[in-house]
Amino acid sequence: MYITLIFLGIIMATVITWLLRQTFNTQPWISEAADNEVSGSSMDTNSKAVALTVFLAVATSIFALFISAYTIRMDEPDWRPLAEPTLLWTNTFMLILASVAYHWTRNAAVKGLDSRVKSGLTVSGAFTVLFLVGQVVAWQQLNAAGYYLDLNPANAFFYLLTAIHGLHMLGGLWVWARSTMKVWTGADSDSVRLSIELCTVYWHFLLLVWIVLFGMLLST
Amino acid sequence: MAYVSIADRDHEAEHHDPDTFITKYVWSQDHKVIAIQYGVIAILIGLVGMLLSSAFRLQLGFPDVFSFINPENYYQFVTIHGMIMVIYLLTALFLGGFGNYLIPLQLGARDMVFPFMNMLSVWVYALSVIILVASFFVPGGATGAGWTLYPPHAISPGTPGTDWGIVLMLLSLGVFIVAFTMGGLNYVTTVLQARCKGMTLMRMPLSVWGIFMATILGLLAFPALLVSAIMMLFDKLLGTSFFMPAMIQAGVATDTVGGSPVLFQHLFWFFGHPEVYIVALPAFGLVSDLLSTHARKNIFGYRMMVWAIIAIGGLSFIVWAHHMYVSGMNPYFGFFFATTTLIIAVPTALKVYNWVLTLWQGNIHLRVPMLFAIGFIFTFTHGGLTGLFLGNVTIDLPLSDTYFVVAHFHMVMGVSPVLVVFGAIYHWYPKMTGRMYNETLGKWHFWLTFLGTYSLYLPMHYIGFLGVPRRYFAMGNTDFMPDSAITLNASMTISALIIAATQTLFIYNMIVSLKKGEKSGGNPWKSTSLEWQTPDTPPKHGNWGHSLPEVHRWAYDYSVPGQAEDFTPQTVPESEVPVGRDHGTEH
Repeated sequence: MYITLIFLGIIMATVITWLLRQTFNTQPWISEAADNEVSGSSMDTNSKAVALTVFLAVATSIFALFISAYTIRMDEPDWRPLAEPTLLWTNTFMLILASVAYHWTRNAAVKGLDSRVKSGLTVSGAFTVLFLVGQVVAWQQLNAAGYYLDLNPANAFFYLLTAIHGLHMLGGLWVWARSTMKVWTGADSDSVRLSIELCTVYWHFLLLVWIVLFGMLLST
Repeated sequence: MAYVSIADRDHEAEHHDPDTFITKYVWSQDHKVIAIQYGVIAILIGLVGMLLSSAFRLQLGFPDVFSFINPENYYQFVTIHGMIMVIYLLTALFLGGFGNYLIPLQLGARDMVFPFMNMLSVWVYALSVIILVASFFVPGGATGAGWTLYPPHAISPGTPGTDWGIVLMLLSLGVFIVAFTMGGLNYVTTVLQARCKGMTLMRMPLSVWGIFMATILGLLAFPALLVSAIMMLFDKLLGTSFFMPAMIQAGVATDTVGGSPVLFQHLFWFFGHPEVYIVALPAFGLVSDLLSTHARKNIFGYRMMVWAIIAIGGLSFIVWAHHMYVSGMNPYFGFFFATTTLIIAVPTALKVYNWVLTLWQGNIHLRVPMLFAIGFIFTFTHGGLTGLFLGNVTIDLPLSDTYFVVAHFHMVMGVSPVLVVFGAIYHWYPKMTGRMYNETLGKWHFWLTFLGTYSLYLPMHYIGFLGVPRRYFAMGNTDFMPDSAITLNASMTISALIIAATQTLFIYNMIVSLKKGEKSGGNPWKSTSLEWQTPDTPPKHGNWGHSLPEVHRWAYDYSVPGQAEDFTPQTVPESEVPVGRDHGTEH
């Protein structure tokens, strides 16, 4: 559980430090002591961005716990590491391209370049779909090679971790599909700019998670 | 940045304005309606949980007298009772119910930031409850693994409900977590983003602080339950062995090898202990507001109360293994977790002192909400003290899995939060309905519940001390069951039945007062916080009429010396405070 604890330590330390900075040196019982202009919207952030940040903390918590469970279960004597298909390298490359493409789309959306946003969204979606298809093919390769899910916990974890990561990716694709539909049916890039910006963050996050997972699967 | 409240931006206020019955009361996106939907579903399923406890108490008090309880359904009742009370009643009611009602109203917002997701949250929660109840009607019935669902027995033949019951249980938990996450994202974002002008974090009522911190805990801790549920579902349905060790069943080796049941325990309690505070922190917050309002005094040590909530939240993540002292862990770990457990008692005790000091020299009005709030101080202190015993490894070992533990956690996270729930419902009932409840019925409800729970749980500590183990269907003629324990078991059952029957007073009172209660007016308790200053009672859709309130002070200006009234609402600027007599409550 050390990994989870370290992750949680970081998150809680951030939350607590922030809260203490907000609450220290205040005298709430004196009515003039606070700036009466302060409100929730005086923070220069968008609520959807805040919600995404919180959701990323939740998702990180899920992955950290899975990784903790992985490392604990790994120590039992019945653990037989599996040979990861080389296809995973290609898939990783696809995901990196998807992330880069989304970032490019984001830059285009910020500048208001409608046609680049259109093509950028299409390309990022395509790479993401390729990544997911590649993951499914990797499953089939493993299955064909006799690494069945129920044969060994190492196999089970492989399928489980890739599935959970893939599900998060699918969730992202749903939001992607909505903005892509909008853009292709004639909406200007400004109406989807926020969605694209947040998706970019989400794609980078899932890329990072995948690199951590892939590294862990490779090295054990 | 120019001040524009999120809910005030043009399109948002109108785009979900309800006009039909369905959009107003069923698929409603109004946080107040959603709060009441959450509350009603939680209380209904809570009543089921209570009936289950009455049924298994009958077996414990009068073994083998009631033929409708056999070992299988005894275990099912115990398991589902625990699950319902901890998750589907308390978590849902505090965060989904009070969180939804109070966060926007106490912070001066028109609604939650994401009303649509809020609506999804309550209906997904309803779905999780339906799945849970359905598990009673599938082949093999509900799971009887105990509310902790420990493997391997939770998914091995011999335990009730290992066919479908456990699958539905895990599924229902997964669905609940989805519902909670949607709600939780809303609560956190609303607190951070939708506070009205002047509402700094340190002017928020403690109710919001408690709910806010509990939501953060829930968002970070529920994933542990989700992860363990997913892995257990794999073990059950796909034949993996994450948790399933090599076993011999009826003389035959199973095909599982090497799995780690202790891994499940770590994951479960990594969720399970923060869960205690997910239930406790909102209770702490609500009870602070109740005590302050009805004692007509500012809460003692507001900043300390806030920091204690933050500290408890942080510490709650590093105490989980004190539930696992008997799992064979490294003694140094035991020492570590015993230490952190005792440290968490410090901010908690601090809160108790501050509640008592709030009452000190206050102008105490013993109305129903206040009775429940003071009752809470008793039961919580009591349950907290036995926690100090169980937190120590050496004392925990002999007491583990006895009724002492059952008595401890029922006092500290069963009775105490439930008393706050009742107190808070009575307190905010006039705002939710515009009518007063019946005071006499409310007082009867309090005294019977309060004394009833003591007569139920005090003897339970004693039989736990004798060594009577929990979870057993029947004790038989064992040495540690002296006659006194057998008689006490019968008396505890009678107390439990009386408490259960008493709750009909509450339900009756709530329903009848809807129509027959006196009109309450907008601010019957002369309270300072924003929800009592709404233009309409019950507040209309959008809460605040044309313009949002502006906040000029904290929520605890009660009996300030030199002011004409003994309360000053948060909306009153310093220049408009009526000056007058001294209330003499603060020197």
